[in-house]
Amino acid sequence: MGRILIIAEHDGSTLNSSTSKCVSCATGIENDGIDIVVFATSGADIASQAAGLAGVAKVLHVDNEANAKPLAAIIAPQVAAMAEPYSHILGPSTTFGKDLMPRVAGLLGVGQVSDIMTVIGPYTFQRPTYAGEAIITVEASADRKLVATVRSASYKTAASGGSAAVEALSVDANLPTHTRYGELKAAASDRPDLQTASRVICGGRALGSKENFDMVFKLADKLGAAVGATRAAVDAGYVPNETQVGQTGKIIAPELYIAFGISGAIQHVTGIKDAGTIVAVNKDAEAPIFEMADIGLVADLFTVIPELESKLG
Amino acid sequence: MKKIMVGLKRVVDYNVRIRVKPDGSGVITDGVKMSINPFDEIALEEALRIKERGEAEEVIAVSIGPADAQQQLRTGLAMGADRAILVQTDELVESLDAARTLLKLIEKESPELVIVGKQAIDDDNGQTGAMLAALWDRPQATCVSEVTFADGKATVTREVDSGLETIEVDLPAVLTADLRLNEPRYVKLPDIMKAKRKPLETVSMEDLGVALEPQLKIVKTDPPAQRQKGVMVEDVDGLISALKDKGLL
Repeated sequence: MGRILIIAEHDGSTLNSSTSKCVSCATGIENDGIDIVVFATSGADIASQAAGLAGVAKVLHVDNEANAKPLAAIIAPQVAAMAEPYSHILGPSTTFGKDLMPRVAGLLGVGQVSDIMTVIGPYTFQRPTYAGEAIITVEASADRKLVATVRSASYKTAASGGSAAVEALSVDANLPTHTRYGELKAAASDRPDLQTASRVICGGRALGSKENFDMVFKLADKLGAAVGATRAAVDAGYVPNETQVGQTGKIIAPELYIAFGISGAIQHVTGIKDAGTIVAVNKDAEAPIFEMADIGLVADLFTVIPELESKLG
Repeated sequence: MKKIMVGLKRVVDYNVRIRVKPDGSGVITDGVKMSINPFDEIALEEALRIKERGEAEEVIAVSIGPADAQQQLRTGLAMGADRAILVQTDELVESLDAARTLLKLIEKESPELVIVGKQAIDDDNGQTGAMLAALWDRPQATCVSEVTFADGKATVTREVDSGLETIEVDLPAVLTADLRLNEPRYVKLPDIMKAKRKPLETVSMEDLGVALEPQLKIVKTDPPAQRQKGVMVEDVDGLISALKDKGLL
């Protein structure tokens, strides 16, 4: 057994729920303690949020001006420098973790297990391959450190009520200057976050235009739902890239997922397999999405969406 | 830039329906169409566009894999790569070993830019680019949807969960291509003919001085759990009552 280190994801003030899901995964791995590390300019507040997660032993925050933004080239050497006491180093399989963790693995000279969906043993895990069409059981060597990302949709958030110790840590690492942060362009939105929303409405290319997609947004607002989309809808420019759900976009696990005009290509459905209830509306009765839908309706989305919206009052 | 190196992985084609072998030893690849990993194809397309803009002189396509991976490299040459290198092996090459192998090629070729796909659609690992950047001790820009170059630097737009992020990296650097970086060109017949005369060098792991160190044993491969087929409803009222029955409305 050994200690587990989880790299916290945050936006400078708030801890991302993907970190909590890493804790849930870690509690399934035999361990001598689960620690979280926060890299920030002044991370005490974020660290105290992490300290409230049940099952966490200690939260470390490494405060440094260089940690103002999540740059893998800056954070990875700091993780590597503090890795010594840990047997497992986990990060979320969000774009933050996908960028950072392989760089950490590279610095440590170890392989990485991406997208842990099930813990079988301390070094044995299940993970999806081929867009979720083949689930492999992979066994990492126990005599090396294990670096892994945790598939957020496979885990619930950890319970609150923890009271882990919070400590400032200074890390001695050479930080490169070859990588500089520019800016983040995020569409301003007061809608629920796609990755954490309990309800998600997704649209496909069948919506036909950016303007028609407004129907989806209106219905989503009524249901308090987040909006997602297929690659085709994003490529067509109807919605921004961060709404893409699937193999190369976001993997989501809402309680309710409603698909409008989505045929059900494996590259998309791999992103929704963990949803509680899947509803599909498509005018093509042969669409593969009906094979996996809990509730299916063969109908034209252009009549269904307005009708649903008005009937939901 | 003088040289751009692009990694092309041979994978089961995007359109093939994946079937897990009944004995759980892997997925069926016999007689299955193989292609360039789509993200790597985007990586190559970007390198070609950079060269065509006059910002690079040579594009080298490299692959690590069996002798048959020559087919994918020939396709890469037909798309417009100037030459190709196959590191031939029949072993399953893990991401870290792939990164170590690419590093050896970098040491030989000294490219200013390396572009690979952000993930391969077979193992879905998404590791090689960032591992390579770590081993090379150079910048990485993963999930790239736009890139421009000036004064020995690349300004990159990355697709991240919260939107679009820009970063600036000094060259040499490793980029990993996301879907919307570009749309790869179609290969035309004359280009396929021309590609046959372009140089394709084959080297072995031993030639490069790489000893594979597998660390991740694949114990078993299973098909995914299937969801139960649900109910069909007739109309919107039926949909609303089905949702109410489940306590979702």
